[in-house]
Amino acid sequence: MYEQIARNKRRTFLMLAAFVFLIAAVAVALGVLFKAGVAIVPIAIVIAIAMAWTSYFMSDKIALAASRAQPADGPEYARYHNLVEGLCIAAGLPKPRLYVVDDPAPNAFATGRNPEHAALAVTTGLLAIMNRVELEGVLAHELSHVRNYDILVSTIAVTAVGAVALMADLGLRFMWFGGRSERNDNNNSGGAGVILAILAMALLVLAPFAAQLMQFAVSRRRELLADASGVQLTRYPPGLISALKKLQEDHTVVHHATRATAQLWIESPLERENDKAPGATARGTKLNRKFDTHPPLAERIAALEAM
Amino acid sequence: MVIGIIIAAVVVLLVLFVVVTYNGLVKTRNRIDNAFSQIAVQLKRRHDLIPNLVETVKGYAAHEKGVFEAVTAARANAINAGNGTPQAQAQAENALSGTLKSLFAVAEAYPDLKANQNFLSLQEEITSTEDKIAYSRQFYNDSVLGYNNKIQAFPANVLAGMFNFTAREYFEGDPTEQGPVSVQF
Repeated sequence: MYEQIARNKRRTFLMLAAFVFLIAAVAVALGVLFKAGVAIVPIAIVIAIAMAWTSYFMSDKIALAASRAQPADGPEYARYHNLVEGLCIAAGLPKPRLYVVDDPAPNAFATGRNPEHAALAVTTGLLAIMNRVELEGVLAHELSHVRNYDILVSTIAVTAVGAVALMADLGLRFMWFGGRSERNDNNNSGGAGVILAILAMALLVLAPFAAQLMQFAVSRRRELLADASGVQLTRYPPGLISALKKLQEDHTVVHHATRATAQLWIESPLERENDKAPGATARGTKLNRKFDTHPPLAERIAALEAM
Repeated sequence: MVIGIIIAAVVVLLVLFVVVTYNGLVKTRNRIDNAFSQIAVQLKRRHDLIPNLVETVKGYAAHEKGVFEAVTAARANAINAGNGTPQAQAQAENALSGTLKSLFAVAEAYPDLKANQNFLSLQEEITSTEDKIAYSRQFYNDSVLGYNNKIQAFPANVLAGMFNFTAREYFEGDPTEQGPVSVQF
């Protein structure tokens, strides 16, 4: 538990460092392409640090707004509030802010930078199909993300990945429009310039993928861990097991979920290729699995049943 | 000179160790006390909800007098036991849980009552308060486990002995109560 928290804090730091490094690399690439020199690098690093800063303090609001989450006020959410309060007592956590996403697809996510500034969101679909113990299992899973500081890692990753992708995208776009005269200069300076330009271009194309892989690497194992520590709170594995089985049967897709926020949810909110086409080739499935933010539900259920 | 520095360093490290460990022990001990008072808070909340519940059920099933009397008596008993030993308190609370179960069983026979919004929200409150009681006991026991481990393991046990940190007792639940109670809504 405590090792997990320490690991997550370390990971957040590493990720922010890698993120600043990636931004710097992209900046160097842009500098080479546009002959702007290295002057652009400090500017880019300042921008990167500013982005990291914003994502640390604002990421929960961004994630909630992106998913169209509304505060869960009103008597119809009494059970939701009560269950979270009970679990918070068991975990010794302050009660997070609670939100609801008006969406028929059953799903839930947690966000924030630490337990004192955390928020949970569930879809109306989840509240509708889950009974009391199942909902409790799901909420315990989300609270475990809060307690283990997973929310910090993932919300930062969401904003950082978005920022890297945005910068690389802008760079590539500028290249198509403003690249003409630069290319002539490159030709004058000879072969080295061309090679550098090609390298820079490759870097621009690959940066978003690198950022994404970084994001997925931290996300998948964590889900299994959150399942386990969620059950440690409720002391009742069948609740979460039957909730996951219900999620497995359901194939609705969350409307306001994007690739960037995918890893926040309890179940992958996006349509999976292997879900749609069971006859997919083995290689295709494996590649897809690498880009999945979540382990397959069957794997998670099996892990819980083995407890 | 060198030896002096080494001795000074060792003394500083020792003092640091004592301060950090002592503060850690105090913190965990306070967490146990806080966890224990949490249990009392939730128990009190259940006591406060019961008169309301009894009144609501009475409105629909006035002739089930025996059940109401049993619940009211068990509640008064539990409130009195609050000043007694933890064991007596646990017994009285368990008896109260039993009478509440029979009250909800009675309610099953009255469809009008089961559709009453006030009754439904009271039922939700009582169920969740019972969950919270269980969870606060669980948290109390978890805290006691952490604390006992801390004061019994080397090297903190030396300090714990010196400053009189003693092991705490676990809260024992009702052995007949196993698994969650399934409530039909």
